[in-house]
Amino acid sequence: MPVKKAAASALTESVQLVPLRYLAHARSGDKGDTANVGVIALEPDYWPVLRQEVTRERVARHFGDMVSGVERFELPNLRALNFLLHGALDGGGTLSLKTDAQGKVYSTALLRMEIPVAASLAATLLSRHAP
Amino acid sequence: MTRSIRVAAGQGFWGDWLEAPVRQVNDGPIDYLMMDYLAEVTMSIMQKQKGRNPAMGYARDFPQVMERILPVMVERGIRVTSNAGGVNPRGCAEAVLEAARRVGLRGKVRVGLVTGDDILGRLDDLIARGHALADMDTGRPLSNIRDKVLSANAYIGMAPIVTALDQGADIVITGRVTDTGLTLGPLVHEFGWDPDDWDRIAAGTVAGHIIECGAQSSGGNLLKDWRAVKGLENPGFPIADVSEDGSFVITKHPGTGGVVNVASVTEQLVYEMGDPHSYITPDGVADFTTIQLKQAGKDRVRVSGIAGGPRTDMLKVSIAWFYGYKAVGTLVYSWPDAFEKARAADAILRKRLSALGLEFEQILTEYVGVDATHGALAGPPDPDLPEVQLRVGVRAGEKEPVERFTREIAPLVLTGPPSVTGFAGGRPQVEEIVAYWPALVDRREIEPHIAVEILEA
Repeated sequence: MPVKKAAASALTESVQLVPLRYLAHARSGDKGDTANVGVIALEPDYWPVLRQEVTRERVARHFGDMVSGVERFELPNLRALNFLLHGALDGGGTLSLKTDAQGKVYSTALLRMEIPVAASLAATLLSRHAP
Repeated sequence: MTRSIRVAAGQGFWGDWLEAPVRQVNDGPIDYLMMDYLAEVTMSIMQKQKGRNPAMGYARDFPQVMERILPVMVERGIRVTSNAGGVNPRGCAEAVLEAARRVGLRGKVRVGLVTGDDILGRLDDLIARGHALADMDTGRPLSNIRDKVLSANAYIGMAPIVTALDQGADIVITGRVTDTGLTLGPLVHEFGWDPDDWDRIAAGTVAGHIIECGAQSSGGNLLKDWRAVKGLENPGFPIADVSEDGSFVITKHPGTGGVVNVASVTEQLVYEMGDPHSYITPDGVADFTTIQLKQAGKDRVRVSGIAGGPRTDMLKVSIAWFYGYKAVGTLVYSWPDAFEKARAADAILRKRLSALGLEFEQILTEYVGVDATHGALAGPPDPDLPEVQLRVGVRAGEKEPVERFTREIAPLVLTGPPSVTGFAGGRPQVEEIVAYWPALVDRREIEPHIAVEILEA
């Protein structure tokens, strides 16, 4: 997986991969053939991690050929990032044959992405979400 | 005590919960009820209905709900703003006036009718005078598809709503007024805000954006801690309680379900967001990176600090055009080997379509339960899935291949892989595709045509 390879380059012994959904919630919508995903820190402490690790490049690699281009914006006031995923909706609107023609669940698709966090934070997050 | 104005959301789209506006006027104090009905493709659906019956072309839910709530609205002095008029705001206004008379309010209800957004009849003139109305996404000029255009409406702002309210309208009915203008209009009317006071205009716009999708800012579709959101059988729709300085509180009526918290408001703020620095409306440009949110009690979020900039010279135009046809067929395959059976059926179907010589712009196969929502990101499926739905969609410019496709689904039941069910709905329907063409036009071409009339019941 390209995502893991990329993360590995940033990996040191004090860093561990966790799913983005442990650190963020999200909502997505559409404008034509572009889906947007707003990614919001679940806790104020997680915002610096999101800002540093949820990069445009990493999101583009995560979606691969599902999208044709990615733009990224920061909203520090809301502790949120906004991503525009171009070409994500198979034509978009009424043209699209997709179940998710309006990009409503691209939000959770992005939350599947794994990002590197400090091992101590990872331990806390993993224990909180343990089955 | 500083005066504030309470604008309540009653509908987030055409098809939203019909009880919401009734609850909003009955369950607590509000000053305005804001009813947003229009999404990108709604206008074209309404245009089609008007083509079949010239009296139609608006949200028919609206006069019906008005009939239910008009008596209490009149009693409490609640006023309404709505873009329910679609492509026939006059027809909508007349239906509301009839409803008012039926409930004994003859002479007691004034409707403000806003027209001038509909430019379908002016397209050739605009093109002839050099307005390309190019697709904002592709750059193609409108002349390429002129003969296929079904509807064309400029997004107009709050100004005519303010005029109608100033002239005493109880209910303002518009066509393609922006969702946010429906909230901003009452605020400018009540507080006398300068239309060039960009921060206040931006603040009222953000208030409108937060409540325009109904309960989506008050606990509906909320991902964070979704299990903790209670009482959604009776969701409290959002209310913006706005002060003269432009700061406001998002709240909902006591005793209703859902939740208003920083998470619920933030999720709505990022919904359908583009560049957060410039949220462009006909009334001004709001900078979403200036918005400050603070929990201010149970189900109360204080919103402040909003900065804005001047309105642009151009207005967005929403054009709907006839594109072609599509259909989607589904079948359900059960355990064991559910996914393998569904894939085998898809392969058989595609060979049959090909053998028939049918040509499509696209054939899309999804497996519901495997990859329909997240594609390849979902990873390999559980080998022991209890069932998988095969979902195949096709699109073409001509009707014939799509029509024939709809007759190739059911035969798979007796001529394909086993353990198949879920076809009781019969053949899939062929749908006409009405596509969206976003463009820009000089606002000076639109604004002189905007008119406000006051009609009495």
